[in-house]
Amino acid sequence: MADPVAAGRAEPRGTRPRRALSRRNVMLYGVLIVVALYYLLPLYVMVVTSLKGMPEIRLGNIFSPPMEITFEPWVKAWSEACTGLNCDGLSRGFWNSVRITVPSVVLSIAIASVNGYALANWRFRGSEVFFAILIFGAFIPYQVMLYPIVIMLREIGLYGTLSGLVLVHTIFGMPILTLLFRNYFASVPEELFKAARVDGAGFWGIYFKIMLPMSLPIFVVAIILQVTGIWNDFLFGVVYTKPDTYPMTVQLNNIVNSVQGVKEYNVNMAATIITGLVPLVIYFISGKLFVRGIAAGAVKG
Amino acid sequence: MNQMTNPAATSVAVKDLRLAYGSLTILDDLSLDIGEGEFIVLLGPSGCGKSTLLNCIAGLLDITDGQIWIKGRNVTWEEPKDRGIGMVFQSYALYPQMTVRGNLAFGLKNAGLPRGEIDKRIARAAEILQIQPLLDRKPAALSGGQRQRVAIGRALVRDVDVFLFDEPLSNLDAKLRSELRVEIKRLHQQLRNTMIYVTHDQIEALTLADRIAVMRGGIIQQLADPKTIYNKPANLFVAGFIGSPAMTFLKGQIGERDGVRTFEAGGSTIALDQYRGEVPARGTAVILGVRPEHVAAGHVAAGHGAAGHGAAGHGAAGHGATGAGGAAAKVEIDEPMGSDSLLWLRFAGQALSARAPAEHGFKAGDAVSLGFDISKASLFDTETEQRL
Repeated sequence: MADPVAAGRAEPRGTRPRRALSRRNVMLYGVLIVVALYYLLPLYVMVVTSLKGMPEIRLGNIFSPPMEITFEPWVKAWSEACTGLNCDGLSRGFWNSVRITVPSVVLSIAIASVNGYALANWRFRGSEVFFAILIFGAFIPYQVMLYPIVIMLREIGLYGTLSGLVLVHTIFGMPILTLLFRNYFASVPEELFKAARVDGAGFWGIYFKIMLPMSLPIFVVAIILQVTGIWNDFLFGVVYTKPDTYPMTVQLNNIVNSVQGVKEYNVNMAATIITGLVPLVIYFISGKLFVRGIAAGAVKG
Repeated sequence: MNQMTNPAATSVAVKDLRLAYGSLTILDDLSLDIGEGEFIVLLGPSGCGKSTLLNCIAGLLDITDGQIWIKGRNVTWEEPKDRGIGMVFQSYALYPQMTVRGNLAFGLKNAGLPRGEIDKRIARAAEILQIQPLLDRKPAALSGGQRQRVAIGRALVRDVDVFLFDEPLSNLDAKLRSELRVEIKRLHQQLRNTMIYVTHDQIEALTLADRIAVMRGGIIQQLADPKTIYNKPANLFVAGFIGSPAMTFLKGQIGERDGVRTFEAGGSTIALDQYRGEVPARGTAVILGVRPEHVAAGHVAAGHGAAGHGAAGHGAAGHGATGAGGAAAKVEIDEPMGSDSLLWLRFAGQALSARAPAEHGFKAGDAVSLGFDISKASLFDTETEQRL
């Protein structure tokens, strides 16, 4: 292999000098800063408001920083705010959402990845039809299926339970996730799969030892997709669970939209931020992982 | 190809193999017997079914009909791992997340071999292929030639009866290709395993094979040793596919002069008394195929008909060359190829190529006289395209 350093030695070295304040840079960063401010402003208002007491909020200066910082609204939002008869704040909904999201994500990704693997590598008679039907499922509006699913869940005794909602999320995640995994596994060279078969690996051997280690990036993508989707879900949560088992989003809505008494803007803001925190954290953590996964995939032989 | 042999006596036997997807038939009624320790090359243009046939033998494709026997065992419905085969792929197909050692060990671990035996086999294969220093590297850190060595090693460690190669050298550059070609030949001489090798490269086929199966459209056109394939191609397709530069074909008919059958085209005649084969009756339309090295171009002498004069010293052509009956040809294009030259001629209104020494002294437009080595030429039936 030619040495790129040696090859470049005959030419001038170093990067071309650039001015920091060129017209292009001013325009670029100016626009970026303005857009960033535009998106950050609501977050700023939320954070600031959540740290104020109600008397200060009533003064009406929503942009001014708090004169006296109080974490009272955060505590109240987490553990004291009332929705209906329950007065233990968002914490109940948070744990409900965790209990919904974690099994739903694990189950749906586990099943869909095997689905995609089987459809991409072990073509069986009718696999194309099976796949077409599965994808077609993604285009049926949720509203059509809401009530039939209520009846089905009731018949199998899962209506109103967390397991019922987990089941619904798992099923609804299937089309898009299967598509995702099938396309990824289809891009893995077929000869690799053949070589593993000659080497005596079976269906599960190839899946766990060959395919899984190669597909970190697509798993990260699927996790992001599912965690944010299921955590932010409102419709299924409100339809298929009861007040005791409401996910966080439904509970947030009930806190913010309660019509009785004074509207506690600071508590509402704190509750909203707490609810949004989980997908935010997922993005920050897995975003980095995601980039690493892509990079690792790109170097593969 | 209709010989009925006992499948138990051969290393690999394919019997009446049929492979079809719905109404699309890829392989139809294909039979092939491969002897113990034989190096068979499946050769053909892309899409001729050679890789498909190999995949059927490997058990990677479910066949529609027929049987496959390996080592006297009917393996038609057995898994690839139980057939006693090892396979080497064009794209190397190394597991990217494992080290070279892991790649070699994968099949052995799946077979449940004890640790010590695995290490022993890897050490042996690494020694044969000289990849010891690479054992702890990942495939991404290897060059193409090294990767293909590891891929061969993966088949080697499994101690298989039959090696299957699916265009193993096609992804390598020309220099590496010729190096590894020699290495594969050496490996075969050392191991004496049966090897089935798929390629579209005729040089690989001619250099490696004990026997070559030339395929087209899912049918074996000819199965023979390289010399026979080269000198007595079974039909027009094989004749045109094998050989570089390619054989040229002249259309004409059988005539007779002085009691000797001749080939007549556009007023020129070539005596066929030296032809090794059956010359059909007078008046039959035939195609004469001659390789460039069996045509000698000579300067036109004062008295004509001095075939092989001038360039007669070149190769075999000068030897049993037969006069072209005075019908001189005209040089159209001269292609110098280093060690020698390829002359494109116009003979009897048809294109013909001839090999000439590098310093032949002909220019485009020159008239030349021709000598043909008919003993090495081939006559084909115009209708069936079969060799006569």
